[in-house]
Amino acid sequence: MSDKILLDYGSGGRASHRLVADLFLKHLGNPELNRLNDAARLDLKGPLAMSTDTFTVDPIFFPGGDIGGLAVHGTVNDVSMLGAVPRYLTCGFILEEGLELATLERVVASMGEAAREAGVLVVAGDTKVVPKGAVDKIFINTTGIGEIFVDPAPSGERARPGDAILVTGSVGDHGLAILSTRQGLAFETPVVSDAASLNHSIVRLLKAVPEVHVLRDPTRGGLATTINEIALSSNVCCELEETAIPVRPEVRGGCSFLGLDPLYLANEGKFLCFLPGALADQALDVLRADPLCAGAVRIGTVTDAHPGKVVLKTPLGGTRLLNMLEGEQLPRIC
Amino acid sequence: MSRELLEQFHDPALCRDLLDRLRAELSGELRFMEVCGTHTVAIFQSGLRSLLPKEIVHLSGPGCPVCVTHESEVNAFLDLAGKPGVIVATFGDLMRVPGRKGHNLKSAQADGGRVSVVYSPFDALKLAQDNPGDTVVFLGVGFETTAPTVAATVLMAQAQGLKNFKVLSFHKLVPPALEVLLADEATRIDAFILPGHVSAVIGLAPYLPIAERHGKAAAITGFEPVDILQALIFLAKCKKEGRAEVANLYRRVVSDAGNAKAREIMAQVFTPSDALWRGIGLIPGSGLEFAEAFEAFDAKKLFGITIEDCPPLPGCKCGEVLKGRIRPDECPLFKKSCTPAKPVGPCMVSTEGSCAAYFKYQVE
Repeated sequence: MSDKILLDYGSGGRASHRLVADLFLKHLGNPELNRLNDAARLDLKGPLAMSTDTFTVDPIFFPGGDIGGLAVHGTVNDVSMLGAVPRYLTCGFILEEGLELATLERVVASMGEAAREAGVLVVAGDTKVVPKGAVDKIFINTTGIGEIFVDPAPSGERARPGDAILVTGSVGDHGLAILSTRQGLAFETPVVSDAASLNHSIVRLLKAVPEVHVLRDPTRGGLATTINEIALSSNVCCELEETAIPVRPEVRGGCSFLGLDPLYLANEGKFLCFLPGALADQALDVLRADPLCAGAVRIGTVTDAHPGKVVLKTPLGGTRLLNMLEGEQLPRIC
Repeated sequence: MSRELLEQFHDPALCRDLLDRLRAELSGELRFMEVCGTHTVAIFQSGLRSLLPKEIVHLSGPGCPVCVTHESEVNAFLDLAGKPGVIVATFGDLMRVPGRKGHNLKSAQADGGRVSVVYSPFDALKLAQDNPGDTVVFLGVGFETTAPTVAATVLMAQAQGLKNFKVLSFHKLVPPALEVLLADEATRIDAFILPGHVSAVIGLAPYLPIAERHGKAAAITGFEPVDILQALIFLAKCKKEGRAEVANLYRRVVSDAGNAKAREIMAQVFTPSDALWRGIGLIPGSGLEFAEAFEAFDAKKLFGITIEDCPPLPGCKCGEVLKGRIRPDECPLFKKSCTPAKPVGPCMVSTEGSCAAYFKYQVE
C-alpha cells in the first residue's frame, strides 16, 4: 500500500478493499462489521435514541485527544444524554488526497480504542477520498444508536422550578486546548482536552437516581449556551452561582489572555444534570465516586423568575444575564 | 500581579464596604461616563451594575475601538478582502462589524476573500513572511493602546526589508473625542472614568483640560470592581465638594507620565490626522496616518483608499448613546431591529459596545 491516501482508495475497487481490510477492520472490526454486507443487522429493543455528528476539528491531534476518539466520544455522549445505553455506531470518513496513511491509522486506532472503552460496536462505515484541498485532512461523521432505559427519558424541556443544576467538572478545558494548539500558544501549565465517553457514568447515575429531568453535554457554545437552550426549551429561569462553576486556573488564565469566556468554550467530557433539588446530594455522591465526574458540583437552581433566561449571580452578590453566544468567540483588540 | 493580589481587587466584603462609602459620598444624581468599552463590560460582568445605588447613572462612551470604526472604513476592509493577492490580517472582533448592505469580513471570507484572524500585529508580519507572493494588510484599528505595537511592527518590517506587509491605519486617539463630548452643551455628564490601557500610554496630562477647562472630574482606573468603586467614590466626593480634578487611581499599571517609549515609537511611524468616528462624525486630529518616511507601509496609498462620510443609519441613536445623551435601552431600535445578530449601529456591533453590553448582561 502507498504511504499516502490516493484518490484510488475511494474508488470502490481493490485499493478501497485493501484500505478496509488492512486498516479499518484491523482497528474497528467485530463480527457484524467483518461481514462487510451492505447494511448491518442490529439487535435492539426500543425505545431508541439516535444521534449523528460530524467532526472537522483542527488540529486533528490535540493535547488530550484526537479527531478519531472525539468522533466516538461525541456521538456516544449525545446518545447517552437521552438516558440511553449506546450500542452501535456507524462512521463515514471524508479523506483528503495525500493524507499520510500513518495519520489515518493513528486516528482509526484511537476510534477503535474509544469504541471498546465505551462498549459500542462500529457496525457500518463509508470512505470517500476527495482531491487535495477539498477538505482539511480528515472529516469524520459518526451516527450512534442506543436503547433508552429510563422512563420518562431525560429531555431538554423537562427542567422544572426547584431543580438543582449540576455540572460534572471543570468547564472550558477542551475548547481552550483546541484554540491554544491551533494558535501555537504554550501556556505555563498545559491545557488538556477533557474528551471522554460518559455513557458508563450516565448509566450509574440514572440507575441510582432515575428521576433526572435533563442531561446535556455542553459541547459547542459551552455551558452558557447549553443552559440557555434548556431554559428556553423548558421556559424556566436558570439561576447560576458564578463562584460555584468550576474553571481550572490555567483555563481561566488562558481565556483572560485571549479575551475569551470559559463559559462559552466547548467541553467534550462533562455533562449537565437537572434534577429535583432534594436529590442533588444523592446524585453528587454517585457522580463524585466516578473518576470522570469527580469534580461534580451544584452550580445553580431552576426558578420561575425570568422564564427562558439564564441569570448569573456574581461573586459580589450582583446579577447579570448569561446570554447565548452569538456566533463564535473571537479574540478582541484590547 | 499575583493571582492572590488580583483576587483582593474583587473581594466581596471589601466591595460591600466600598459600596457603603459610595452611598455616603453621594449628594444626588451622579452621571458618569466610562470612556472605555472594557470598563463597560467589567461593570456588567462583575454584576456591579445591579448593585450600584440608583443615583448613579452609568453612561458608556466612545472608547470601544470597534464601535467607532466608521462604516466607510469597514467598506474599505471589505474591498480589500476581495482583492486578488491580498490577505487581510485582523483582530477577531472586527470580523462581524457590518459595512454596506450588512456585509462583514465573515461574509467576505465566505465569498472567497482571504482573511486571517491574528492575536497580534506581529502574527501578521509572520503571515507576510510566510506568503511572499501575497500582500498582507493588517487592519490597524484601535486607540493609543494598540497603535504603538502596530508602529513597532512596522519598524520591524522595515528592518527586515519586508515589502509585502502593509497597514491600513484607522487608529483613533481618545483625548480629541473627549473634547467633542465636553464641547457639546447637550451632553449631561458629571464625571469620567478614563480608560486604563490608553492611559498607560498617554499618562495623565492629556486629560487635565477635562478639569481645568471643562470643570469636570475624571479618574483613571483599572478594571476590577474595587478599581471601579474607588473611582466612583472619588468622583462622587468631587461632585459633593464641588471640585474638578483628574486623578490617577491606577498607579499599579499607569504612571502619570505614561509610556514615553511607546509614544515615541508611535510618533515616529504615525502622525495625527482628522478621522471619521462612527456615530459621531469627523473629529479633527483624532486619527493617525503614516508619517512620510513610512509611506511604503501605507495600505491606503497602495490601494488608493479614500474615506468619505455617509449619512447616519435611519433611526439609529448610537451617536446619542456614545455622547451619553441616552441609555441604550432608550433607543427605539434596541432589541427590536438592532441585536448582536443583526446590529444596526456601532454600539451593538462590538462585544464591548454599550448597546451590546445592555443586550447581553442586563437582566431586565
